[in-house]
Amino acid sequence: MNVIKVYGSGCANCLKLTALSTETVNEMGVDFLIEKVEDLQAIVGRGIMQTPALEINGKIVSAGKIPTKSTLQHWIKESLEIQNVG
Amino acid sequence: MWDKKVITSEKALSNKIIIPLVMLPFWFLLYFELEKITDLIVYGILDFDDEKLMTNAIHFFVYEVPKVMMLLVLIVFVVGIVRTYFSPEKTRKILGGKSLIVGNISAGLLGIVTPFCSCSAIPLFIGFVQAGVPLGVTFSFLIAAPMINEVALVLLLGLFGWEIALIYISTGLVIAISSGFVIGKLKLEKFVEGWVYELQQTQIESEETKLSLSNRFDMGFEAVKEIVGKVWIYIVLGIAVGAAIHGYVPENFMAGLMGAEAWWSVPLSVLLGIPMYSNAAGVIPIVQALLEKGASLGTVLAFMMSVIGLSLPETIILRKVLKMPLIFSFVAVVAVGIILVGYIFNFFF
Repeated sequence: MNVIKVYGSGCANCLKLTALSTETVNEMGVDFLIEKVEDLQAIVGRGIMQTPALEINGKIVSAGKIPTKSTLQHWIKESLEIQNVG
Repeated sequence: MWDKKVITSEKALSNKIIIPLVMLPFWFLLYFELEKITDLIVYGILDFDDEKLMTNAIHFFVYEVPKVMMLLVLIVFVVGIVRTYFSPEKTRKILGGKSLIVGNISAGLLGIVTPFCSCSAIPLFIGFVQAGVPLGVTFSFLIAAPMINEVALVLLLGLFGWEIALIYISTGLVIAISSGFVIGKLKLEKFVEGWVYELQQTQIESEETKLSLSNRFDMGFEAVKEIVGKVWIYIVLGIAVGAAIHGYVPENFMAGLMGAEAWWSVPLSVLLGIPMYSNAAGVIPIVQALLEKGASLGTVLAFMMSVIGLSLPETIILRKVLKMPLIFSFVAVVAVGIILVGYIFNFFF
């Protein structure tokens, strides 16, 4: 199961990043579960110090900013390739 | 085939760096000729009478908006590149286990260059405390980071000149360092919510990606796009209000209210500043106009620091990890520091 997690306790940018992830995944036609992690302890427990943070299949790819759509597409592709090889 | 590809990509990369460098002299040329260009537009082309109050206001607006915008683009770009060399994780590592005074000083300085958004204040606070950064040192960071930011720097530089920008930065640093030191001495650790210390933290895999210079330039451009896109409207509005004050409010109007003689003006402006969470962009142009109308420098500095450095929303967010006595001590210590700065400047300048 492919999972994208957006870490952030409800700030405006966190909502934007969640929306962007959903949009990108839909456009690419790939199957991802998008999960929003709002619990502060869960966020901090993951070692995140800047929100919103983005995790794709267990790997933190960005923190404290909203990546561009093309960067996000690149990360998603990369993650899927790793999974296929593995 | 493969070699060729590498070469073209390297060429494309270097263009990203060369183009901004080539543009730099033009930036300076335009920046230093801006006053003449404004005169030409306002008095020459638009043919305004240079005696009228409205002309004064229009000239101020037409000159200040492009000037501040140009400064904003350049400084945000440079700061954006500098920040790629820093991260909260690295800063935390540097600050962990530092002794009180040395730690406070480093935290204040690192607060200026480490990327920071007050929306991440909580995870950052916890991350620091868990890594063994002393509470007082963490506060020095949390005070310096929002107070000394690139947008404030641009506006101070553009509207007040480098002397006041320098005064603001250095006194801001002194406040951050000494407030953190005092908070550290007060031994307030028991007022941090208990779960912060108990929380188990999975060590984040250290996947520090090596950034090339052109990556860093890219991030500089991104910073410009993001920050300028966000604050330009406040700057234009702020300068518009400033222009109106500049043109229409009589000289010395503010002397009684915000002048050096009114002793209560400093604490009052600090109090007024705390709940005002307007970003620096909107406040500074207005404050600059007030300074011209007789407000005193110390009062104005105190007001700006209070607005930018002490914000009610951020304090409310911190309530999640800090108990009330600690929040009050934090606000009180910083407010006292700012008031002292205000009085010192009213007294000496």
